[in-house]
Amino acid sequence: MRHALRNLCVALLAGAVLVGCQSQPEEPAPAPAPEPTPIVESTKPTTPPPPPRVDEEGYPLDTAGRPIGRTFYFDFDQARLSESDLRVLAMHADFLRDFRDRSVMIEGHCDERGTREYNLALGERRAQAVERYLSSAGVRASQIDTVSYGEERPAAAGQNESAYSRNRRAVLIYR
Amino acid sequence: MKSSPTVSETKPLAARLGAMLLLCALAWPMPGAALEIVISEGWDSPTRIAVVPFGGPPLRDRPGPVQTIEIADVVSFDLMRSGQFDALPSDKMLSQPTMPDEVVFRDWRIQKMDYLALGRAWIEANGNVAIVYHLYDVLAEREVKSSRWSVPPTLIRDVAHRISDEIYEQVTGVRGAFSTRILYVLVEDEGTPQANYRLIVADSDGQRERTLHRSSESIMSPSWAPGSDRVAYVSFETGRSAIFVQEVVSGERTLVANYPGINGAPMFSPDGNRLAMSLSRDGDPEIYVKDLASGQLQRATRHRAIDTEPAWGDGGHSLIFTSDRGGQPQIYRVDLRTSLTDRLTFEGTYNARPRLLPNGRHLVYVHRRERSYHIAWQDLERGTVRVLTETSLDESPSLAPNGMMMIYATRQQGRGILAAVSIDGRVKYTLPSARGDVREPAWSPYMDALGRR
Repeated sequence: MRHALRNLCVALLAGAVLVGCQSQPEEPAPAPAPEPTPIVESTKPTTPPPPPRVDEEGYPLDTAGRPIGRTFYFDFDQARLSESDLRVLAMHADFLRDFRDRSVMIEGHCDERGTREYNLALGERRAQAVERYLSSAGVRASQIDTVSYGEERPAAAGQNESAYSRNRRAVLIYR
Repeated sequence: MKSSPTVSETKPLAARLGAMLLLCALAWPMPGAALEIVISEGWDSPTRIAVVPFGGPPLRDRPGPVQTIEIADVVSFDLMRSGQFDALPSDKMLSQPTMPDEVVFRDWRIQKMDYLALGRAWIEANGNVAIVYHLYDVLAEREVKSSRWSVPPTLIRDVAHRISDEIYEQVTGVRGAFSTRILYVLVEDEGTPQANYRLIVADSDGQRERTLHRSSESIMSPSWAPGSDRVAYVSFETGRSAIFVQEVVSGERTLVANYPGINGAPMFSPDGNRLAMSLSRDGDPEIYVKDLASGQLQRATRHRAIDTEPAWGDGGHSLIFTSDRGGQPQIYRVDLRTSLTDRLTFEGTYNARPRLLPNGRHLVYVHRRERSYHIAWQDLERGTVRVLTETSLDESPSLAPNGMMMIYATRQQGRGILAAVSIDGRVKYTLPSARGDVREPAWSPYMDALGRR
């Protein structure tokens, strides 16, 4: 969360600087000629190249190269994201801000208890909770789509709390 | 007297062909029928009736061309599943008259029958089947009802259900609802790549099912238009929820709602010209009414909560619906003229998907009690609430047009099945399916035209 906010602040500051530049009706200074880069033998060990940001399927990886969680679970009849969900979503938001050509479909799902149409609405509310967070973290609306499947696409079969808790979820699908 | 099942050698070919058609049409129970009814509870002292196996032609000098006992079976079973009748098995009958002058009332009084029904069916020169029946009050020793039909052989079952309707109304004073259909969703291989969803229409006894629509994506919320000629439902075939209207006979489909967000819970207005639905095009699910001719949308609710599952009341002037505007799903009513909204349910923390009884004063809905989901009935004037079902995970209540029975979806040994219960709670039966999971039943309105399929 804090990470995302900091990034947001940086983005806002950058924007302000940009706006400040534009507001000055000044002749743009000619770009300075680049200094010739001195060729120096490196005495320190080279920093390793940055780890790849995506896996083979195009899903984002964290700084340690591990996949970022894409499924978020909810309590019964609730659409509230936990603190740990928000931390994971902040990493997705970072990635989506850095790669504006990437977009996500957020699927909302429910367990089978309760009525199908109410669950269709509840699934949408869960998808929208994720959508709202990503938008607030600077991801563009054009990068986000949501769909609710209600209780129509359970991840786990069975009439027990273990199956139910796995079915009450929102899932991020990268495209 | 039993009619011979064999066709006379001297009969012309047309008559023989007709007889074969008749035999095909009467095969019962239909092999491959998805649903079979299992009656578990009925009235303690039901009306006792004997429906005698139907005979052949009225003139006894002509040989009876066909075996027609199945009409009596269909009628007996209809009356039995109402829970209000007990039908005498044909092998217990002391006599089997098929003509009025063969009736010996003593035979039926001895067996404590209240009513006796008998009749005949035969093939006419034009290939139609003539069916005639008589209903007798055994104690009064007089005929109380009689009718005659002439129909193509494919409509024999429809006539049998009409006979059940007439007997039911004559005896109980309430219009019979046996000549109705049910819509339901049959799901096979759910959760696998081979998942297969079918929207099926069948007779109210589960027989003669026909697939109206088939998809590899979910189908939900089927409902009937008032004339039973069209149905509306939600399909995910576009990748997200969308509402379709389909003609039952031609199968012609129209995409009615495919707005951004969810498109759900379609319900035809009492005049059949409008469709109430839940749309989240404005961000959160609201109830809308769409005029089917002009396509114009009228918004009926305005609240930042879930508003869904509308059902029509007050002759099309109000909608009852589910909303969680109070924090949990409860049932509300909005007057479409004034937009005034009032809350109808107060008992429990989950009340949803309401349906009004034909009298407009009683409600059934999904009700959670002690972590279990049942169907509850409520008297809107007195506020009385009664739980009608004892199973769990009960949903999708739908009422017979005479308001006597309710069909709903539940689970039995992990499988989705349909079950029915009378509104007084005294009659119960299940409709286990031969295959797959069955869900989302919708009982049709009355069907005035005979056998429109």
